[in-house]
Amino acid sequence: MAEGRGEGQAPALQLLSVRGLEVSFATDRGPARVLDGISLEIAAGEVVGLVGESGCGKTTLARAILGVLPAGAACVHAGEIVFQGRDLLREPPDVVNDRVRGRAITFIPQDPFSSFNPVFSVGTQLMDLMKWKSPRRQGGDGGTHWPALLQGYPRARYRADRESVLDVLRAAQIPEPERALGRLPHEFSGGQRQRLMIAMALLPRPDLIIADEPTTALDVTIQAQILRLLRQLVKERGVSVLFTTHDLGTAHEICDRIVVMYAGQEMESAPTEAFFRRPAHPYTRRLLESLPSADGVIRDIPGEVPSLIDPPSGCRFHPRCDYVTAACRAFLPEAYDVGPAHDVRCHHPLAAAAGSVT
Amino acid sequence: MSGAWFVLTRVARDRSALLGLVLILGLVIVAVGAPLFATHPEDVFELHPAKRLRAPSAEAWLGTDRMGSDIYSRLLFGARITIVIGVIAVGASLIIGVPLGLIAGYYQNWFSDLLMRVSDVFLAVPQVVLAIAIAQTLGPSLPNVILALSVTYWPWFARIVYAETRSLQKEVFIESTAALGASPWRLTALHVLPNIVSPIIVRASIGMGFTILTAAALGFLGLGPPPPTPEWGRTIAEAREFLPDAWWYALAPGLAIFLTVMGFNLLGDGLRDVLDPRLRRGRSASDG
Repeated sequence: MAEGRGEGQAPALQLLSVRGLEVSFATDRGPARVLDGISLEIAAGEVVGLVGESGCGKTTLARAILGVLPAGAACVHAGEIVFQGRDLLREPPDVVNDRVRGRAITFIPQDPFSSFNPVFSVGTQLMDLMKWKSPRRQGGDGGTHWPALLQGYPRARYRADRESVLDVLRAAQIPEPERALGRLPHEFSGGQRQRLMIAMALLPRPDLIIADEPTTALDVTIQAQILRLLRQLVKERGVSVLFTTHDLGTAHEICDRIVVMYAGQEMESAPTEAFFRRPAHPYTRRLLESLPSADGVIRDIPGEVPSLIDPPSGCRFHPRCDYVTAACRAFLPEAYDVGPAHDVRCHHPLAAAAGSVT
Repeated sequence: MSGAWFVLTRVARDRSALLGLVLILGLVIVAVGAPLFATHPEDVFELHPAKRLRAPSAEAWLGTDRMGSDIYSRLLFGARITIVIGVIAVGASLIIGVPLGLIAGYYQNWFSDLLMRVSDVFLAVPQVVLAIAIAQTLGPSLPNVILALSVTYWPWFARIVYAETRSLQKEVFIESTAALGASPWRLTALHVLPNIVSPIIVRASIGMGFTILTAAALGFLGLGPPPPTPEWGRTIAEAREFLPDAWWYALAPGLAIFLTVMGFNLLGDGLRDVLDPRLRRGRSASDG
């Protein structure tokens, strides 16, 4: 299964490992390499935060794992996405569709406002999901497509599924779940809609949830509630989460481990504690320093996010880095081990003592 | 059900839409009950040359025409033809235009381009001219009028459905339904279509008025159903030569066409106001 590439790792323990994934988008000025050989590991039950500036490829990675890259525009050049021992890129699409997407891997969208179909009640939509993706449904009747239109919902399973829907709604703290099922999406507030989305993502009893900036569209006060709820629900159920965000505070709140992404590559991967105490990559350190602090000074990172069409040579961060050397300009750094579960892609990782930021 | 009730109560609150609704209901009642309301139902086909061109009176409420028939009675039966033309032509345009628009909007490939260019051609030629050409070629008859109107009106539906489908395609709920493995049929029929019903209804209502007007124009030009069919447009054409003396002759069908078309347009405008904000409210603009 896991041949080549990451020799030092033990892939068997990982729920998901992305290795050397390269994805490019066709643009007028040539292909943009949005994912440039990124690697990422998620263990069972682990909440991993994927942090980075806008346009660094977070959403593209999330979509690639889900297998919903825009067909035609995006092209996967290399790499593998191994989930539960199988490479999703090389599995037959029918199998991925039937067993993985929406079942083993579910999704929480960024914007709860446009994510429900406005003309159907919430109950209709949740039950429609359960009709196809319920854990009670014996999978593998894939293949034939059109009879799906005529396929009924077995009565007994409907009742059982409805009960589990209500259970999950209660767990997601939706008031009056029975009545909520009959309401239309616009009758709920943003926070409640996001709770419904979380409930929806939990319904098929997935092993991995991909949450794409699920709180950016919400009020700051609601954000914290939703994050705590999400963390509690996934920890109770032992579900892994890949949580993308550009907000380090959010990542701190919810994640076990944080991966920093820059220009389509992972720069640093560290347990949350180590990430904030001992950032080893100059970019990570800059990122942490750019957080608004009590002294009122906001330190931005000089320079711009590099072009993905014509990326810088060597280390993608070198034009903005304070510690740049000739090696940085010439060679792309490998991932170095700088601590327990702490990897960094830098020729000159910062010493632990030097980078204490809190 | 509650949705339909909601729309109805909202329409009732909008004065002009309510007026449109009343006019259309009146037209339908008159058309269905034509044999009951007509004072001289036999006059649709019978001629009384002795009584020709009489002014409105207690006997002939709206006067008599050049054949001596009761204009009021003929007008009522004309309402049936008008409704048949409007409903079948708009219905056929829906049946042609909506699926084409859905398919083109879903796939967004060469077929979409082809469909849009074809509809451009149809929309570039003034509809009446195109309808005249078709009706003229096929010969004047009721089915041919309906055919001509359907052929010229479907691009409107195809365009609207195409544009709406295309923009819905970017909504997360449609994308995720597709990602969960819904077949194209299921996606478009069960998930996209319910979202675009309201613009279709609005366009259908306005299209009824437009189609009826065009049908009357065809009738006026002698391309409608042949006499003695009591078609309104043809009646006006007949009345033209007697206009200075028998003003009532042209007034009655003219007014009937005017009120019918206005009814559908008012209702269409009212429905646009009622249906749109409700469905837009839940959605906020955002990128995926």
